[in-house]
Amino acid sequence: MAILTSSIARKVAMALSGLFLVIFLAQHFIINFTSVLDPETFNSLSHFMGHNFVVQFIAQPILIIGVIFHFVMGIILEIRNRSARQISYKSYKGNRNSSWASRNMIISGAVILAFLGLHFYDFWFPEIVHKYVESHPVDETRYYTELLQKFESPVRTGLYCLSFVLLALHLWHGFSSSFQSMGWNNKYSKALRGFTQFYAIFIPLGFIFIAIYLHLNQ
Amino acid sequence: MSILDSKIPKGPLADKWTKHKNDVNLVNPANKRNIDVIVVGTGLAGGSAAATLAELGYNVKTFCYQDSPRRAHSIAAQGGINAAKNYQGDGDSNYRLFYDTVKGGDYRSREANVYRLAEVSANIIDQCVAQGVPFAREYGGMLDNRSFGGVLVSRTFYAKGQTGQQLLLGAYSAMNRQINRGKITPYNRHEMLDLVIVDGKARGIIARDLITGEIERHSAHAVVIASGGYGNAFFLSTNAMGSNATAAWKIHKRGAYFANPCYTQIHPTCIPVSGDHQSKLTLMSESLRNDGRIWVPKKKEDAIAIREGKKKAKDLSEDERDYYLERRYPSFGNLVPRDVASRAAKERCDAGFGVNKTGQAVFLDFASAIERYGKEQAAMHGNHNPSKEEITKLGKEVIENKYGNLFQMYEKIVDENPYDSPMMIYPAVHYTMGGIWVDYNLQSTIPGCYVTGEANFSDHGANRLGASALMQGLADGYFVLPYTIGDYLSKDIKTGAIPTDSKEFEEAENKVREQLEKLINNKGSHSVDYYHKKLGHIMWNKCGMARNAKDLASAMTEIRALREEFWKEVKVPGELNEMNAELEKAMRVADFLELGELFAKDALHRNESCGGHFREEYQTEEGEALRDDENFMYVAAWEYTGDPATEVLHKEELKYENIEVKSRSYK
Amino acid sequence: MKLTLKIWRQKNSKAKGELKTYPIDGIEGDMSFLEMLDVLNEELINKGEEPVVFDHDCREGICGACSLQINGEPHGPDRLVTTCQLHMRMFNDGDTIVIEPFRAKAFPVIKDLVVDRTSFERIQQAGGYVSVNTSGNTIDANAIPVNKQDADDSFNAATCIGCGACVAACKNASAMLFTSAKVSQFALLPQGKVEATERVLNMVAQMDKEGFGNCTNTGACEIECPKGISLENIARMNREYLSASLKG
Repeated sequence: MAILTSSIARKVAMALSGLFLVIFLAQHFIINFTSVLDPETFNSLSHFMGHNFVVQFIAQPILIIGVIFHFVMGIILEIRNRSARQISYKSYKGNRNSSWASRNMIISGAVILAFLGLHFYDFWFPEIVHKYVESHPVDETRYYTELLQKFESPVRTGLYCLSFVLLALHLWHGFSSSFQSMGWNNKYSKALRGFTQFYAIFIPLGFIFIAIYLHLNQ
Repeated sequence: MSILDSKIPKGPLADKWTKHKNDVNLVNPANKRNIDVIVVGTGLAGGSAAATLAELGYNVKTFCYQDSPRRAHSIAAQGGINAAKNYQGDGDSNYRLFYDTVKGGDYRSREANVYRLAEVSANIIDQCVAQGVPFAREYGGMLDNRSFGGVLVSRTFYAKGQTGQQLLLGAYSAMNRQINRGKITPYNRHEMLDLVIVDGKARGIIARDLITGEIERHSAHAVVIASGGYGNAFFLSTNAMGSNATAAWKIHKRGAYFANPCYTQIHPTCIPVSGDHQSKLTLMSESLRNDGRIWVPKKKEDAIAIREGKKKAKDLSEDERDYYLERRYPSFGNLVPRDVASRAAKERCDAGFGVNKTGQAVFLDFASAIERYGKEQAAMHGNHNPSKEEITKLGKEVIENKYGNLFQMYEKIVDENPYDSPMMIYPAVHYTMGGIWVDYNLQSTIPGCYVTGEANFSDHGANRLGASALMQGLADGYFVLPYTIGDYLSKDIKTGAIPTDSKEFEEAENKVREQLEKLINNKGSHSVDYYHKKLGHIMWNKCGMARNAKDLASAMTEIRALREEFWKEVKVPGELNEMNAELEKAMRVADFLELGELFAKDALHRNESCGGHFREEYQTEEGEALRDDENFMYVAAWEYTGDPATEVLHKEELKYENIEVKSRSYK
Repeated sequence: MKLTLKIWRQKNSKAKGELKTYPIDGIEGDMSFLEMLDVLNEELINKGEEPVVFDHDCREGICGACSLQINGEPHGPDRLVTTCQLHMRMFNDGDTIVIEPFRAKAFPVIKDLVVDRTSFERIQQAGGYVSVNTSGNTIDANAIPVNKQDADDSFNAATCIGCGACVAACKNASAMLFTSAKVSQFALLPQGKVEATERVLNMVAQMDKEGFGNCTNTGACEIECPKGISLENIARMNREYLSASLKG
């Protein structure tokens, strides 16, 4: 039982679910990026993802469980961690010994969660309604147009960009931290941290680029 | 026969301990469960004793004033621990360790005890390694050794500059195992304030809970005092701020004789005093003398120029420097024993060659070691024509590897980089060889009251060699006491638990309470530290590195007057029933004020120079200590009579049957 | 130099505490931080006020007793030092210095700046030892060669002084650095490997029971540790814990 409730086990679970989401993020980015390169590829890939049985009924539920697990566990850990210091310091200089990103994963996480709400409202719910509630003839070319419509509003585009900045901060600490949580700290760690930090900047920056690109190419 | 029976077993020296172990009575395991033992102090001596006794099956209660046993001041021992392992194959043996220790102690220690110490020393290393103590190792995986002062072999095992810490954590881990089993009950943040004697036997203690201020009674079948030395009588010493003589002094007042109080070790390599605010002195391990060379300028003008900041150490060429230890003691050089090195430093500074602002410091220089190691390393890396910078860089790395933490500590305190300019050092009070008199079984003159480690007097004579304190503490606790105490406790198997409601406990508790209340209600005009500092001044100036009859006599009078003033005028704020650091200090200083007087009295009576006790009247033409074996080859054990000034002297004659008593020379 | 001290004063564990302001003058750069507090206490005693109580003992950076949170950092602004080795030359004339006790649920305040760190002792008692008898004979110390790197790493972990700065610095008041240093010391040596499984499971269980927070890898503990204990120890403990859990 300890394996499920101990502090270390919880951290490992957090790390594993986080790494899973990191992989998903890369895949999501690649597909989105095709919208910039070639709308037709984007359409066909989107259609595949939306209609493939394995993706829809195995990968998608796992992903949703992963997301929910990651944020529920994050909140549980945050509550426990706050209760470990009941009287706070009058003077506390966290910035002298750690990065903002590492101390504020709950804030960056909360913003990402809020963004997920918006993202689901924009894409996922309409998609589910479109496919499984209402009946429409199959249209393999509708995805790119729908995508463009969403990025028409500058407010929404701005919100997306802001969220990606916080995603970058979340990844900046979370990605490399997950290896430490799983006990992986050795001579390769420095190189690995370089990679994770590159990833943390590159992927969100890519998403921001796509959002702005789509906004400007209406 | 004198009342002092050292109970040394008969037979040849090398067989005494084995034979004694075979002769002592044992306690059957089932009976051990019914026997309680109190251990006061949880450093190497107390911690190791507590763990071993609990392991054997006794119920142990440990007491320490710190919040954890692992903070005892043994933790600060830096350099290492000796053991006659002869892993280096350089001719070491039990006999040689025994010989070095007796000679180092200036022929004032008890032969049989020292031999036993040498005999069990090797086992200590085995034990500590088995416990997981991470000693320094060579690339082949074997244990590494270094050299210490006063010996010609490499027998010191070490863990960088934190050997004491590692050994204490080892002993504490052994304690933890027993705490986890319920065999040791630790009373941390508790201070023993009196010993309780019932029917002539030590049967318990009165202790104060330092958090709540509550005065508690604790009973046991035997009491072990392992509370360390009394160096803090000098106020400034390398001891911890809390190190105190209270437990030892209280048992002395209850009947345990105090032996050789004047034998105090002034350690040669400490960071010099920087000002009046100074609260303690920091040691730089003796191991530094393996590689550091000690010097002062040859010419007084240079010394003055350095003091005034007009010249730097580096400005002086080799022939302008006086490597006075190498000059005076060519065969041991910088590795002469501590007492010799300290006196030599004092001699040079008194003659006007001191090198810091106050003129109370000498240089400890690593430049030539950095160069030697640098060349060696360069050659090992295949660079046979290295530049000066390369040599320095490589050499510094070696030095950092060996003494990094000490160099860092020095830099933090002094704000000067010791890799570039030599360290400045001066002697400071470090260790007390004197202590409670014990017999071969480590029992004091109070039956059932045992004393181990620095708190007893037994093994180091008039001067202790480096890396021997850790050895003695662990030897006493792991290997000696557990045997000898069993002999005593074997008579107690039917006694049953000792009640704490007897009149003896009542009397002791009331006495403690009275003293505490008196201090709290005194409401005088000066703080405890005020008196402690004054005592320290008297001790350092008149009972320090060089003593004479006139000063010692006046020290006795001054200390007595100071003590009387203390009891009239001391101011202790706060309450009795709460955490009260000032009250704790006051109780300790009250005892130092008595002990200090006995210290001076002992120094005054010993009309000779030996080891750490140097009387100006008794020296050779070359300024070396002059012993008087005819009249003073004895242990001076003092019996308390109600007043330190009138204590009665008992002598334990020292017999050397296995070693030729010679004048001690390191030339 | 002249300073303004804001010091946490609390009569006992049940009383409510507060920061009190004390001006102080005549402080020299060569004084240690605790010697500066000695000066303050001497003044307070002479004025008839209660001196500030703080834990301290060896004053040479090894016992681990001193424990102040100074201007928002455990052991103050200097690196790789304990409070007793922090010197006043780190501060400037006119500075205000806030001094608080180490804060954690598992480190309750006893009085003023003194906290109860026995939770650390209980973690060690849960398994921080090798179960060998101290009396009697064991095998020769050189019977089992130990790889030098392992011995050095073990030593580096074992230099932890158990002061609690890691807990004090951590935003989660996590004791992972301390616990992992103790676990690592033994895990790296052949002598300690024998009971490594039970050790890590028991020590981590005790650590959780004491109410310390989780590690979120901010690294604050490593930066503030006066002995420079490395985060690698935490990774090692995580590894040890996982493999121990899987073994059962």
